[in-house]
Amino acid sequence: MFPAAFDYLRAHSIEEAAAALSQHGGDARILAGGQSLIPAMRFRLARPTVLVDIGSLRDLVYLREESGFLRVGAMTTDARLERDKDVRARYALLTETSDVVADPVVRHKGTVVGSLCHNDPAGDWAAAALASRAIMVVRGPSGERDVPIDEFIVDSFTTAVQEGEIAVEVRFPTPSARTSGAYEKIERKVGDYATAAAAVQLTLADDGTIAQAGVAITALGPFAMRVTEAERLLLGQRPSEDLFRAAAEEAYRLADPNPDTRGSAEYKKNMARILVARGLARTSSKLHA
Amino acid sequence: MTKQRVELNVNGEIHEIQVEPRKLLAYALRDECGLTGTHVGCDSSSCGCCVVVLDGETPVKSCTMFAVQAEGHDITTVEGLAQGGQLHPLQQGFWDQHGLQCGYCTPGMLMTSYAMLKEYPEPTEEDVRKFLSGNLCRCTGYNNIVKAVLQAAKALGAEKSEPETTAADD
Amino acid sequence: MSITPDPQKHALGVSMKRKEDPRFLQGKGRYVDDINLPGQLYMAIVHSPYPHAKINSIDKEPALAVPGVKAVITGEDLVAAGLGWLPTFHGFDKQMVLAVGKALFQYQEVAAVFATSREAAMDGAELVEIDYEPLDPVVSPHEAAKDEVVIRSDREKSTNHIYHWDVGHKDETQRALEAAEKVVKQRIVFQRCHPAPLEPCGCVAEFDTMGRLHFYVTSQAPHVYRTALALVTGIPEDKIHVVSPDIGGGFGNKVPVYPGYVCAVVGSLLLKKPVKWIETRTENLTTTGFARDYHMDVEIGAKADGTVTALRVKTVADHGAFDAAADPTKYPAGMFGIVTGSYQFPVAYAELDAYFTNKAPGGVAYRCSFRVTEASYAIERAMDILADELDMDPVELRKKNFVRKDQFPYQSALGFTYDSGDYHSTLDKALERIGYDDLLREQAEKRARGELMGIGFSTFTEVVGAGPSKHFDILGIKMFDSAEIRIHPTGSGVVRAGTKSQGQGHETTWAQIVAEELGLDPQNIMVEEGDTDTAPYGLGTYASRSTPVAGAAISLAARRIREKARKIAAHLLEASPEDVEWTDYKFQIKGVPTRSVTMKDVAFAAYTNPGDNEPGLEASYYYDPPNMTFPHGTYVAVVDVDRHTGETKVRRFLAVDDCGTVINPMVVEGQIHGGLTEGYAIAFMQEITYDESGNNLNPNFIDYLVPTSLEAPKWETDNTVTPSPHHPIGAKGVGESPNVGSPAAFVNAVMDALSPLGVRHVDMPLTREKVWRAIQEAEARRAISAD
Repeated sequence: MFPAAFDYLRAHSIEEAAAALSQHGGDARILAGGQSLIPAMRFRLARPTVLVDIGSLRDLVYLREESGFLRVGAMTTDARLERDKDVRARYALLTETSDVVADPVVRHKGTVVGSLCHNDPAGDWAAAALASRAIMVVRGPSGERDVPIDEFIVDSFTTAVQEGEIAVEVRFPTPSARTSGAYEKIERKVGDYATAAAAVQLTLADDGTIAQAGVAITALGPFAMRVTEAERLLLGQRPSEDLFRAAAEEAYRLADPNPDTRGSAEYKKNMARILVARGLARTSSKLHA
Repeated sequence: MTKQRVELNVNGEIHEIQVEPRKLLAYALRDECGLTGTHVGCDSSSCGCCVVVLDGETPVKSCTMFAVQAEGHDITTVEGLAQGGQLHPLQQGFWDQHGLQCGYCTPGMLMTSYAMLKEYPEPTEEDVRKFLSGNLCRCTGYNNIVKAVLQAAKALGAEKSEPETTAADD
Repeated sequence: MSITPDPQKHALGVSMKRKEDPRFLQGKGRYVDDINLPGQLYMAIVHSPYPHAKINSIDKEPALAVPGVKAVITGEDLVAAGLGWLPTFHGFDKQMVLAVGKALFQYQEVAAVFATSREAAMDGAELVEIDYEPLDPVVSPHEAAKDEVVIRSDREKSTNHIYHWDVGHKDETQRALEAAEKVVKQRIVFQRCHPAPLEPCGCVAEFDTMGRLHFYVTSQAPHVYRTALALVTGIPEDKIHVVSPDIGGGFGNKVPVYPGYVCAVVGSLLLKKPVKWIETRTENLTTTGFARDYHMDVEIGAKADGTVTALRVKTVADHGAFDAAADPTKYPAGMFGIVTGSYQFPVAYAELDAYFTNKAPGGVAYRCSFRVTEASYAIERAMDILADELDMDPVELRKKNFVRKDQFPYQSALGFTYDSGDYHSTLDKALERIGYDDLLREQAEKRARGELMGIGFSTFTEVVGAGPSKHFDILGIKMFDSAEIRIHPTGSGVVRAGTKSQGQGHETTWAQIVAEELGLDPQNIMVEEGDTDTAPYGLGTYASRSTPVAGAAISLAARRIREKARKIAAHLLEASPEDVEWTDYKFQIKGVPTRSVTMKDVAFAAYTNPGDNEPGLEASYYYDPPNMTFPHGTYVAVVDVDRHTGETKVRRFLAVDDCGTVINPMVVEGQIHGGLTEGYAIAFMQEITYDESGNNLNPNFIDYLVPTSLEAPKWETDNTVTPSPHHPIGAKGVGESPNVGSPAAFVNAVMDALSPLGVRHVDMPLTREKVWRAIQEAEARRAISAD
């Protein structure tokens, strides 16, 4: 299958890209990794008339720790993050997520920021970003703004990025030493979107109680969701099986999945409970190892 | 829709082609450059028959990329693997281990493996299975493909340990 | 690791590296889409979005306005040209090439667009305006049986019922079931799935200046295509040249003739340009031959000690909108009669009713010899259910009922004559290799801890090698196969066969057969297939028939050459032919090894010094097999099931196959690996499902699941060898055994894992959700009974 025709613009700067988006309005789309957009165009589910390619903006390719954040540029691929030694050493949740996004070849072209902007209801990065309290950096005609991931995710396939704006970076807070996380995903096979998935990140205080908790689920509602009630339950408590079970129950309560070829609503909802419980248990055991 | 001039550097050779921006790289290679070793088996970026390697190290699904995007990159396709009439150790491994049957997925399998071995010269069986999991095969059941890649890794390792080759690599 | 055989020793039974591989490895294979003819146009097809709809009008104009679009054809155009309908290989029906009046399934072909580029053809296809009036769809065969909505208005009888078929002894079976001490009954559904070769179907059609059609096509049976095209189009058969170049997998999907092929030929004729049509993956999955879709009610009667006394199977088959099953047997349900399996059923009865539904047509074999997989799965599942109800070890139950080695040739209750087999030895070998006793101990320990571990067996018997002309034909053509061999003066040669490899390695294995028969170097025996101008007429490659039928033809053609060569050898040795014997891969005067000549010597003499003999050294053979061959095997799966998510891990899988004489062990093992992976996919992942409105829910590789290297288990293989007594080299065919035999082993293993919970049967595919649901329901039942 072949996309409908479009005009192609290769941007040489973010400003140029933003200007092109402003000029062409809703008919224009940013082409970053293209791993969601191009298949959608081949099926003619997406028909942008203008593609603004930011692929040659090398200054958007970076992955570095700076002032308490892991800063990931808009053209940084999943594979780059997957392979980064520092990420693998200290960002447990991101590591586990990057191992199961799409498939290993697609990860060489797909980008983390692009996935967050695509905001598929079953996207993996959105859950990981929620659980780790990421911040999106969005640039537009009036400059740059930071958007917490909770505000960035607006609805299925809809984000806080406005016309003429471009998301240029995602920032993941650098975890403290006593932080770990886990990503639990049920997929029908490698390369599939999640049937259900859960992202978990916990930070322990010196006394062994939970100082920070991030719990998010994906493919279990119209978009990836933070399980606020679970996080509230976990805070200040000592990790225990009972505590995790109660937190997982909150994920079950929150989950409101659509039935589709990946599973019934009932199955997915039940898996929310299992996956959150497993993610919490594994995170806890990593912290106590 | 207007065509535009695109210059593709494929296996060290420059191909000047005129294509619409919507021309997928896989079809540009096949129909415009005459390099039909790169195959297409699906429309959803699922099968990996079309994998080519960019800039000597990055495997990409060439059906999920436009030809215009590939300008400025070095592209390696399956036709560029064998050198001087000698099969690449990967090709030899697939032959020795019966890692192919109908041959349709083979170019993609070879190119993904090629990129993997550049990055991870000593993979375990589990590594190979993980790296190839974006490439589908309907014939072999993968077991012999995995063996083939492990054989090639060994052969490439042995090549590397010969001082002459090491110097050439540097 | 494979080696090159020494031509002075055996060429058979050697893991010779494949001769075809260097071109595939270097991207130099020549598949249909690699063929580009000057000035060629591209075709795209317009599909019905509705499963059942009246077509009020079709407006081509918006499509014709697209730059590059040259023509649009519709069903009415084809009907006007007398090309509206295709014959189906099943022989009970015909299929619309493009929908006329009504669309009968979602994605049915409605119009074809021809343009100067692939992209423009698709742009045009998008713009053909069709006014549909949706009608009520019939999605289930059980609904179809009610005839409330009759789908096919073109047929004489106003019913969705296609046919009733039965075999065996109805009344005796009924009596035996009534008298049985134990009867088990189970509805077993073999879901609709799809062979989905990685290369989609496609063709390039060109009429040359002499008016001759050159047709390059992804076909497993090029000669049959030539005849079918002649019949459909009226073009004389000598004016049709069909070429199957390299084929990227077939698995049965590339046996039928599809509407797109006819449209491409028509477009080429109309526009006087070559036309290329390459399916999209969606077209492949939604319009070309699916497989299975059998709903089987299986009953076994047995004595209390487990001795089986009767088998009855009643099947409802969903054939979709046309009866386009690629089934060349004279029996509507193909070789379903193998359903008695490896067991001595004194009496059996099978009946089947097939129905039209508003779904894609097909019913091709997916690596299966015409309904053998359905039959094999049914009996192997049912035997496990019987074992479970009798509280017997499924292995013991099988051993008790196996046809014994000394009973072959064995006449089954449903009429097959099994050629040879040794079921007990194959099973014993499997039990030893898998370590059954240790596994049982481990399972007992795990069960005590509440863990779900299962061991599943399948001890299947297949029937392949279609087939004896009294039972098989396609469009009336008998199911023989053929070979022509020419030996050149310097002792190399060429063999041409009516088969067509799609990855099976014929270029290597056919050379090995010739080399074995003639004492020549297999490296210098070229194999040609797939070109109807050069290859002898054959029925093609599917249903594991190449080795049993064409392999036999090759062997016998070679022996004809040997007989002629003996005369030339006698001339060279100055002896009479009766005194010359073929021994140790050379001719010698009987009992005098020092006086000998090689085949190479004879080949040269055939062209330089033949004596009184006709010069040259070539022969052909058309082989009509006297019987089918009956490969068998024992497969064992070991699984762990996660009770919380329903996920199944296949921890081990052992396949012990018996396909008779092995030509190339490496190639055979490769076939088994591939088939097992397909069996795994069917057992756990693959299904073509339709929603209640008749929408196809698996129209791409996102939702039709092909396992990757991470899902595919590691395969362990072994074999026993029981040659076929009637095949010239004793070979039986192997391509399908792993697909036929393995689904039952997987499902039996999962059901064994769930048996402590009281789960009896779950239909494939065993997705996490289905297994999870079965566990939930079982636990709910237990909770109720505990109250």
